[in-house]
Amino acid sequence: MTLAGVLLEASFWKAAGMIATIVITSSTGEVLTAAAMKSMGDLDDIRAKSGLGGAIKAVVTSPLFVSGIFFMAVAFFSLLFALNHMNLSLVGPAAASLTLVLNTVAAQLFLHEKVDRRRWTAAVLVCVGVYFLAH
Amino acid sequence: MTHHRLTFNQYLILAFVSVSVPLGDAALSRGMKSLPPISAGHPLSLIGAVFTPWIALGIALLIGYFASYLTALSWADLTFVMPATALGNVFLALLAHFWLREQISLMRWMGIVLITVGVAFVARGPVNTTPPISALAAPTPEELDAKGAGR
Repeated sequence: MTLAGVLLEASFWKAAGMIATIVITSSTGEVLTAAAMKSMGDLDDIRAKSGLGGAIKAVVTSPLFVSGIFFMAVAFFSLLFALNHMNLSLVGPAAASLTLVLNTVAAQLFLHEKVDRRRWTAAVLVCVGVYFLAH
Repeated sequence: MTHHRLTFNQYLILAFVSVSVPLGDAALSRGMKSLPPISAGHPLSLIGAVFTPWIALGIALLIGYFASYLTALSWADLTFVMPATALGNVFLALLAHFWLREQISLMRWMGIVLITVGVAFVARGPVNTTPPISALAAPTPEELDAKGAGR
């Protein structure tokens, strides 16, 4: 089948939509969680100062963390839904690789991490590596 | 602001982030395969599965993973921790090859090499390129000195 033929197939767009939902919700969850952890500082220091209970309280009472967990839960159920319609060998590597790339872009834009050429190279190598490993 | 050095404990946390997911998934898989098939009509039987040794071990490992992942994110960038978690896939493939004697295809070996090189790339750079917000809010010793001198 030609590329144009594949693009005209409704099943292609359905599969792409399901994978995109997993990737976007998963990346949103991970970036929100990372933002929450960055905002509270080194957890080891908090634990040393306020004990394990204090560290757990600092994490679970953070609105950013709670929103991150919400998006991670949506991503998990989107994955279950996708696995009901598609093979794990397609969904697993596609979702893992694309999430890695989207996380790198989002970390640069929203977390203001300095994603230099070294980190971009690493992200692409790991992304292709995960895809190869899953096949 | 960049932090280049990790303490021994921080290396241990990153190592646990890497290995706990594949080990946890393997424990869950082994536990679920040892159980009789669970039908969609009886989802409550899944609750009983939680208390079997392999599933309980898998859940404990995944809870440990999440706690260590969050700890790592509190002192390292997301773009630093992500490749570390991918290294777990390499660990699982090598475990399957050398311990379970599973065959690894050429494509998988290429995947292992690419992930390892990718992780080595990131590991040679800074761990954290952004200061924590708490550090921004707290005055530095120099700022405190300047305030004291101004009085």
